[in-house]
This record gives sequence, C-alpha cells and structure tokens, in this order.
Amino acid sequence: MHDTRQQPLLRDPLLTVENLVVEYTVGGKTIHAVSDVSLQVARGETLGLVGESGCGKSTLGRAVLQLRRAVSGRVLFDGQDLTAMQGDALRRMRRRVQLIFQDPIASLNPRRRIGDIVAEPLVIAGVKDPKQREQLVFDVLTAVGLDPDLVTGRLPHEFSGGQCQRICIARALVLNPEFIICDEPVSALDVSIRAQILNLLEDMKARFGLTLLFIAHDLAVVKAVSDRVAVMYLGRLCEVGPSEQLFARPAHPYTALLIEAIPVPDPDVRPAESVAVGEPPSPIAPPSGCRFRTRCPRADPRCSDEVPELREVAAGQFAACHHPLIGAA
Amino acid sequence: MTEPVLLSVEGVAVDLPTPRGNLRAVDQVDLKVGAGQTLGIVGESGCGKTMLSRAILQLLPKKAKLSGRVMFDGQDLVTLDPERLRKLRGRSLAVVFQDPMTSLNPVLTIGTQLIETLQEHLELDGLPAKKRSVELLAAVGIPAPEQRLMQYPHQLSGGMRQRVAIAIALSCEPKLLIADEPTTALDVTIQAQILDLLAREQRRRHMAMILITHDLGVVAGRTDEVAVMYAGRVVERAPTPALFKKMRMPYTEALLAAIPKIDAAPHTPLPAISGRPPDPTRPIQGCSFSPRCRYATGRCYQDKPLLIQAETPDHQYACFHPIKAAAGVSA
Repeated sequence: MHDTRQQPLLRDPLLTVENLVVEYTVGGKTIHAVSDVSLQVARGETLGLVGESGCGKSTLGRAVLQLRRAVSGRVLFDGQDLTAMQGDALRRMRRRVQLIFQDPIASLNPRRRIGDIVAEPLVIAGVKDPKQREQLVFDVLTAVGLDPDLVTGRLPHEFSGGQCQRICIARALVLNPEFIICDEPVSALDVSIRAQILNLLEDMKARFGLTLLFIAHDLAVVKAVSDRVAVMYLGRLCEVGPSEQLFARPAHPYTALLIEAIPVPDPDVRPAESVAVGEPPSPIAPPSGCRFRTRCPRADPRCSDEVPELREVAAGQFAACHHPLIGAA
Repeated sequence: MTEPVLLSVEGVAVDLPTPRGNLRAVDQVDLKVGAGQTLGIVGESGCGKTMLSRAILQLLPKKAKLSGRVMFDGQDLVTLDPERLRKLRGRSLAVVFQDPMTSLNPVLTIGTQLIETLQEHLELDGLPAKKRSVELLAAVGIPAPEQRLMQYPHQLSGGMRQRVAIAIALSCEPKLLIADEPTTALDVTIQAQILDLLAREQRRRHMAMILITHDLGVVAGRTDEVAVMYAGRVVERAPTPALFKKMRMPYTEALLAAIPKIDAAPHTPLPAISGRPPDPTRPIQGCSFSPRCRYATGRCYQDKPLLIQAETPDHQYACFHPIKAAAGVSA
C-alpha cells in the first residue's frame, strides 16, 4: 500500500479519504472503480473532482457516504472513521453530510408535495414539532430562491429542471449540514440555468459555511467553483492542486489533455487537432503501471512496470506521473 | 455567401398538437446553407433546433403540421413524393443523431447496417460493398475494421458507435450532413476526436454540414455561420467570427456570458440569465426573450421583433434594442 505521507496533508481537514479501494462485481468480473485513492478536503473549501465517465468519481462520492462500502481504506469525517460505523452512529453522521445528484427530476419523488419532500430529512432526524418543521422548510426554500407559499403544495412535475435542482439543494440544506457532495449537479441543466445553480451553490456555501466535494466532468464548471481540483482517471487519482495553478500549469498529461479538449467559445481559437488517442480502457482489466499509459504521448516502459505515486511537482500541486509536464522527473 | 446555395429553408413553421394546446416548435425560420459550408444552430433545450432539423429531413412526428418550403438541391422536400424523398435521404442528405445507440439497430451487425445502406443507394453488393465498408470504418478511425463488421452495436463504446453512425452517414457521399448534437453524449476527449473527424471528412468531401448544438464553444471554431435559436425562432444569424465579435442580440450575449470560462478565476460569479425559456404552448406576445432580457422596454412586451439586417454583411438579428457594436464580448 502506498504511504499517505506522500499526500498533501491539510491543516484542518473535514474529510480525509485514505487508500480507498472500491470494487464492484458484475457477471463474475471485478470492476476496479476506485483504486487506492487518498485525498483530503479542508473545512470550508470546495474540492472539485473531475474525470470522464467511468473514472470512479461518483463511486468515490458514494463511498464517502458509505452508500457503497469500500473493500479497503478509510474515510475520516471530522476525525471519525465512517468505514467502521454502522446503524445509528452512521445515520447520525450522515445528517452532517448531504448529497445532490445529477438528475434533479429523478431524485424527487413524483407523488409527494415539495413541502413534504423538503421536510422529510427533518422527520427522519426526529424534529417532531410540525410548526418548527414548517418554519425550517419555509426558511430553506426562501434561501434557495423559491417562494415557499407557491411551491410547498405542488408536485415535482410542475417544476422545470432548474427549479427541481433548487428543491434538491433545499432538501440537502434543511438539516444544516457541514459537508455536501454535489454529483454532477448542473450537467443535466441548460447553459442559462446552469449559471443560476452554480451561483446559488456558491451563495449557499458562503451563507451556511459549507464544505463541498464538487464532482463533474466539465472542467470549466469545476474551475468556476473549486479552490482545489482533483483529477481521476480509471479509478486512480492523477493530479490534485489549487485550481488556478492546475489549469495554468498541469503536470499530468491527462490533465493537459482534458484542458485541451474543452471547446473554447472564441472563433479565433482554432481547435487544435485532438491529441487524444484512443479511448479509456475497461476498468475490468485496467492497464498495469500507470493506467493512462495506453493513451499517453509520454509513456515509456517504466510506465507499464511501475505505478506512479503522487509527488509534489509545485507548491501544493501533486501528480502521479513518471514524466510530469512540470517539475523535475 | 460565395458558395452556391444547397439548402434553403423558407418560412418554415412546425406546429405540434399537445394535450395543453398547440405547440409552435419552429416559428417562421429562414436559413441558407452553401455547398461545402457549415452552419451551426445553437440553442437551449426546447428552442426548436431538433424540430427544425427534422423538418428539413421530413422526419417530423405524424401529427406535426409543417408549413413553408425546404429547397434542397433545387427540389422542395416538403412536396416531394415519398419514394423520391426516401432515395434522397441517406444518399445526398444524411444525418447523425445525438445517441448512436438509438440510431443503430441493436440486433444487426455493424457490417449489415453499412452494407444495407450501400446496397440501397449505390447498388453495391457482395465483395465491393464489404470492401467499401472496411474503407469507411477505417476512414472514421475505427481500428481493426474487418473485425468490427461482425460486431453488434452494444459491443462498441459510445465513441466508436458514433464513429459507425458517421461512417454510415458518409457512406453515400452526401451533399449535406445534419449532425444533431453529435457529441453531447460523449466524454470531452472523445468529443474533440469526433468533431475533428467531422471537420476532416467535411473538407475532404466538400460536404455541407449543419451542426446542431447547445454549446457555443463547439460552434465557435468549427462553423462558417451560426444561427441562434430561442423559443422556435432564429433570433440572430451571422458569419461565426462576426457573431462572436459583434453580437447584437441580448440573448446571444447572455448565453455566451453564462458559460463558465476556463481562464476565469475560481469563484467568479457567473452572469446568469434570470428566469427560464417560455412555455411553447403559451406564446408570448412580444419578443419571447423579453421577460428575461435586461434591456427590455415597453415595446418589447408588445411587438415581436423581426430579423433585421445589421451593418455587417450577412448578419441579422431580431431585437429592438441591439447591443451596441463591440460592447458584447467583454461581458
């Protein structure tokens, strides 16, 4: 197992993921969804987690909440190991960690009224007084920019995608959590609505003093909200560092490839002929050594023999690459 | 436009009956595409861009009512008899859809589907058809094309399936390819590969293309002309460089400003567009963007602005209060 001392250790981590391994079995085959990932999220920061579909970023989010149990590794939330918790203890802890999903319409029960949907976490948490519940729901709906008098009695289908995402955010906030895992919260939304929701998440973070793990495949979206960004590829962490620095000077060839592939809304920027070769291999039989080597222009025999460890390539920026684009190899 | 006009959409409107009343999906759209040119159609979901492409292809739902003319290569597709239309579609008028899994037949091999097209339109059979299929798959960047011919769509990744769909679309050397969100279902590194592939094949074949997307970033570097749609209408139309440099329609400006930029500092608040697109079953009296527009005045809520000519050539916009030149891009 790798040594976590290689990792950027933060002074006040709210979340620490240590050597997390998550695997699924499908048809007798093992899918290596998350392989030995370690990262930390500091109190009050937003950590962006990017990667293409199937890279394990959503699985990682779920494993943090113990919705998917890890094969090995630890998840420390505020110093307590969630992987060792069961039953009531885990349920109590989950009040402090909430989740927002990609498809806001699918994540609301179509037969329940908005008021009841948003109050449900309070019921589960044992807030018995209906007046108090009503007041909390009223406050949180107002906070996310909805008019409580107009929405509480209505059903999810009466709302647009953007409004449903506001309702999901209200439901996540109603218990006053410390940590929110946002799993592709704006991917299903149109451009004009996406900006509204991103701004809302930023407002809510400031107002409620939240810490966010923001999972998305869109680098520009991630950069817009994140203090630091972690890049995953095929179950492994490639690179982690302060957002601005990581986008200006990526160290891992995969990060560079992702940045290059973003279409720029400027006709003067002629899109470079894509440097990407091939497609991500299957997570059932990931390549040996560095998992990106089959698509990497800098790969050599060492990359197939030896798994690269995360090493510091610049202040606060860590990359798992034998031939990083910055910092001496 | 220096190239001869290949496709001319004239006053096209599409009405769909719904339980909540008539839905005008496309409202009086005029567009032209020159031979070998690329037109980008940009808009958010529900703006009518897909319905417009289906109106061009004459693939509208049965209940839909279409009016106007779609002149393609000298013929009006709206009045063309079904047999000749069928011969045209797939041959000189091809299409690539967003989801390759739904456009490919899941129970037929890749080879069968490719060869079927070649038989139908080019009367190629047997060995020549197979040889041509292998060439086509190789041209769209599919490794080991001979083996792929025997495979079924589910055995390929999303990116590979889209390459197959493109190979089928290109198989009869179409004059016009309509690509409807061809990369929306794909990952960003694969998206770049597919867009490059389309651009390369287009140049090589001198084929015209309509690229439909919700992403202004996708059209910026890859089209000659852009039409921006909102609530079923074209609200701005311009050569691509002019659109990005001197946009006149506030919606275009707002749409561009709302995209997170990769070179912006983290935590920069995004200039969001308030509200949401109008309900297409409840038409708005004035400009359909007026409820969300920061420049709207009394007149905007009363009268519908028509497309008018800008000072720059081939540039049109539908707005009473256009953005003053050179003010837009900085937003």
